[in-house]
Amino acid sequence: MRVRTRGYWPYLVPSLLLFVAVIVVPFLMNVGASFTRWSGVGTPRWIGLDNYARLMEDERFWQSFQHNVGLIVAMAVVPTAIGLVLAACLFDYIGKRFGPRTASALRAMYYLPQVLPVAVAGVVWGWMLHPSYGAVNQILGLDLDWLGDPDLALATVMAVMVWFQLGYPVVIFMAGLQRVDPAYYEAAEIDGASWWRKFWHITIPQIRPEIFVVLLTCTIAALKVFGPIFVLTRGGPSNATMVPSYFSYLNFFQKSNVGYGSAVATVLALIIVVVTFLFLRVQERES
Amino acid sequence: MRGPGRWAVLFALVVLAVVMVFPFAIVAVNAVKSPAEYSSQGPLSLPDGLYLQGIVDFWNRVEFGTKLWNSFVISASVAVFAVVLSVLNAYALGIGRVKGRLSILVLFLVANTLPQEALAYPLYYLAKAVGLYDTRLSVIIVMTVIQAAFGTYLLSAVLGQFPKEILEAAAIDGAGRLRSLWRIVVPISRPTLNVLLIFFFIWTWNEFFLPLIFLISNDTQTVPVALGVLQGEKYMDATMSSASALLGVVPAIAFFLIFQRTLTRGVTVGAIK
Repeated sequence: MRVRTRGYWPYLVPSLLLFVAVIVVPFLMNVGASFTRWSGVGTPRWIGLDNYARLMEDERFWQSFQHNVGLIVAMAVVPTAIGLVLAACLFDYIGKRFGPRTASALRAMYYLPQVLPVAVAGVVWGWMLHPSYGAVNQILGLDLDWLGDPDLALATVMAVMVWFQLGYPVVIFMAGLQRVDPAYYEAAEIDGASWWRKFWHITIPQIRPEIFVVLLTCTIAALKVFGPIFVLTRGGPSNATMVPSYFSYLNFFQKSNVGYGSAVATVLALIIVVVTFLFLRVQERES
Repeated sequence: MRGPGRWAVLFALVVLAVVMVFPFAIVAVNAVKSPAEYSSQGPLSLPDGLYLQGIVDFWNRVEFGTKLWNSFVISASVAVFAVVLSVLNAYALGIGRVKGRLSILVLFLVANTLPQEALAYPLYYLAKAVGLYDTRLSVIIVMTVIQAAFGTYLLSAVLGQFPKEILEAAAIDGAGRLRSLWRIVVPISRPTLNVLLIFFFIWTWNEFFLPLIFLISNDTQTVPVALGVLQGEKYMDATMSSASALLGVVPAIAFFLIFQRTLTRGVTVGAIK
């Protein structure tokens, strides 16, 4: 038993080697590149913090983070809020009055968009929202360029993301509700509490861990969002839907500003790590 | 609420469900219309008959069979390799409790939350340097590591609760560590491993950013990349666009139906660690 734990190290070796090659080294290279001017070929030229100084003054960079806030609302806040109400309705109302099969059929329908590759979801909506032949204009009897109008594009992308994301919190919250002790509800019913009171005072506090997980994972997903922007708008029109991930992609692969793109990506990575850390801290304090 | 009230709640929830599913239905309906029918009837009419030429044309033009095969090879390889790595890591971290295991776990967790943008250019550069650029293998290697980082984190928690008595009994019977892993830990954790396998497969199938960067030629691209890149091409008219959307949707729905039970169980396993 003495050498017991040392004997397990060999099992970690393959992963640690791959991990260094695929994550650690590339990440350090990215941080390194962010201090240089580099087109991707030739020798990078060291320019210190110039890229970061330039970021601070780049309007497109700040705009892209504002758009990220909108996407956090669309991908984390709104789906969590609607998801809570839906999960509670399905669980203790539909499930009890119309049977669990009705509840799980509805849940499956809400979850369906989540199974799509997000790029394919973008293809579906790109077609539905097409200004000349799209179904959405036909149904609403409108003639709007949903994704081509700078005033509308971000709101449209946000709506698509609510549709895409909604099923995830519903499924997680319904699973969480299963471990809530029915005695709480029974006691509340004897006291004559209304559905909303029970929802607010029992359901939400009881599934707080699930709410945290959903908010955290969806916020991170919103900060990273790339696929839907690439497929639906490519950051346009006139940067109306530009997000940091697409902005760095643009600098890497289209403008050959690798150094600048690396700085954007580094800042994004930093923000995500900080957000994760803050969430975990708050969660720890709560429990 | 009794009487009409409860029907109102049900009605509202059903209306929402219809809205959620509507895009799937309308894509399917329009993928089987001829361009002529589409231009005269619009997207909302039901099709007169089954016109499959749009789907066939799109399939042939993008060599969709190749794309499906690429997606399948990449996703299946990543799923298998990532589960193997996760098991090896979790064996050392969860059961072996090696020194510094907490820092290693945090490292894996951070790796999983890092945006791929912060790795993308160096990975692209390195892949070119070693001749792996535009090969399926490049995506397999990178995605395996990223998925295994999450798998390690999840599985270490699961194996941390593994009953020690069984392993001690096996050790007394003379089983070595590798044998215990293969003959005892793996079979007993099979349900969790299956969930991971399916999740890794689907997550990799759905992946867009890294495959977009690594896979540029027709022979290597995956389904989401091919569809995402073709969106907005000139030859993509209304019916062909809906055909392309349908071809992207069908495999995803097929996985959903095949793996439904494991998935709904797994979503919650993944969330509450």
